[in-house]
Amino acid sequence: MLAKRIIPCLDVRDGRVVKGTNFEGLRDMADPVDMARFYNKSGADELVFYDITASAEDRGLFTDILRRVASEIFIPMTVGGGIRTLDDFDRVLKCGADKVSVNSGAIADPSIIGAAAKKYGDQCVVLSMDVKRVDGQFRLFAKGGREDTGIDAMEWAVRGVGDGAGEIVLNSIDTDGVKNGFDLEMLDALTARVGVPVIASGGAGNMEHFAELFTHPGIDAGLAASIFHTKQVDIKDLKRFLRDKGVEMRL
Amino acid sequence: MIAIVDYGVGNLFSLSSSLRALGLEAEVTRDAGRLRAANRIILPGVGAFGDAKAKLEATGLVPVLLEAAEEKPLLGICLGMQLLFDKSFEYGEHTGLGLMPGVVSDLRKDLDNLSLKVPHMGWNSLQIVKDDPLFRYFSGGEYVYYVHSFYAKDCAESTLGVSQYGNVAVTGVVRRGNVWGTQFHPEKSGDAGLRLLRAFADM
Repeated sequence: MLAKRIIPCLDVRDGRVVKGTNFEGLRDMADPVDMARFYNKSGADELVFYDITASAEDRGLFTDILRRVASEIFIPMTVGGGIRTLDDFDRVLKCGADKVSVNSGAIADPSIIGAAAKKYGDQCVVLSMDVKRVDGQFRLFAKGGREDTGIDAMEWAVRGVGDGAGEIVLNSIDTDGVKNGFDLEMLDALTARVGVPVIASGGAGNMEHFAELFTHPGIDAGLAASIFHTKQVDIKDLKRFLRDKGVEMRL
Repeated sequence: MIAIVDYGVGNLFSLSSSLRALGLEAEVTRDAGRLRAANRIILPGVGAFGDAKAKLEATGLVPVLLEAAEEKPLLGICLGMQLLFDKSFEYGEHTGLGLMPGVVSDLRKDLDNLSLKVPHMGWNSLQIVKDDPLFRYFSGGEYVYYVHSFYAKDCAESTLGVSQYGNVAVTGVVRRGNVWGTQFHPEKSGDAGLRLLRAFADM
C-alpha cells in the first residue's frame, strides 16, 4: 500500500534556509543543498522548497539551488513561492522540480491552475493554502498569511481541485509555529470535501503529533520545517516510531 | 552511452542527472543516428497517452525504436512504459508500440474502494513476482515512487513486479526480451531507484 509521506519544507531566502514562527521573525538556518542532502539521507519522502524572497534578483540564485539539488538527490521535489505564470512553472520544472505549488498566484489569477494542469498534468499542480479561522469560518489568506481574502477556504479548495489541482497543502495559520499539533479539525473539514492527496502543514511539535495526524485516514503527508531543521525531531526516528504505531512508512 | 528519447514529453533533467550520478554517460536526443549509436535506450514520458504517442510519431523515431528493441536493452518509464503496450484506453482508444502484450486501462475503474485516491501518487512497495537481472541490486518490498492514473493489465506473462493499491495489483515492472518497463519513476525513487537504473545499465 501507499506509504504516508514525511516532508521537510525548506523556505529559502537569499540562498539560505529560514523558518519563522507565525511567519515573522525569520531566522537563518543553513545551506539548502547541504540540508537537502541531510534530509535525503534521513529518509525524507519528498522535499518542498519555497522561494520566500521571490524578488527578481534572487530568482536566479533560487533556481541554481534547485538545479544543484536535483542533480544529486533523486526524490520528488515540490517548488513554490512567487509562482504566477506558466513561465514560472516552466522555469522551476526545467530545474528538476516535479510539482509546482501555487498560493497567492492562484488567488491573483485562478486560471493559472487550469492552464498549468492542462499543460503539465494535474499531478504537477499543488494548491497551497494558508488558512485561518475568522468569524467561525475557515478563511483563505494571501501574501504569506498576512492578508484576509474573505474567501471561504474549503470552497476555494473544491474549486481548485475542479480546475485541476492534483494535491493540496493546507497550512493552518492558527497552529503554525505553535508546535501544539496539526490542525486536525481544519484538515478533516478539507478531506471531507476533496478527493486529492492532502498534505498537512503547521503545528508539528513532536513525533506524537504525526502519529495523531495519521489516525485521520484522509491525510497523505505531514509537512514541517523548524522541528526538522533544529533536529528536535529526526526524520529517521520519526518514521520508525510511526511504523511501530502501524503507519505505513518507507524505511 | 544511454540515449534518453526526447520527444517533447516531460522533464528529463532528473533522469539524465540520475544516470550521471551513477557515473553513466547519458544523452538526451531525438536524433535517429544517436539512438542507433547508443547501447541502451530509455523512453521516458509523462502526460496523456494519445498526445505522447502522437508526439513520438511526429519525431519519426518509432521505426528506430522498434528496430532497437530487437538489438539492445530498452527501458520505458511511466508513460514511456505504457507506450510499449498494444493499446491504451486513456481518453479514447490509442495504439501503442506493440512491444509488450497487454492494455493500459483506467485504474479508478478497477478499484473497489472508492475512497482510494487516483492518481496513485506516492511511495509504494514493489513486490517481485518473477526474478530478473533488473533486480540484481534491489530487494522485494522496497519502496518506489509512482504518479499515474492508468495502469497496464492483461500482461501477467511479462510482469516482474507489482505494487498493491487497494484490491488492485498495479503492474510495476514488465519485461519482454530486451524491453523493460517501470510504471514508477526510478529516477525519483531514491537509492532503490538508482540501483534499478544501475542494473539496467549492466544488461
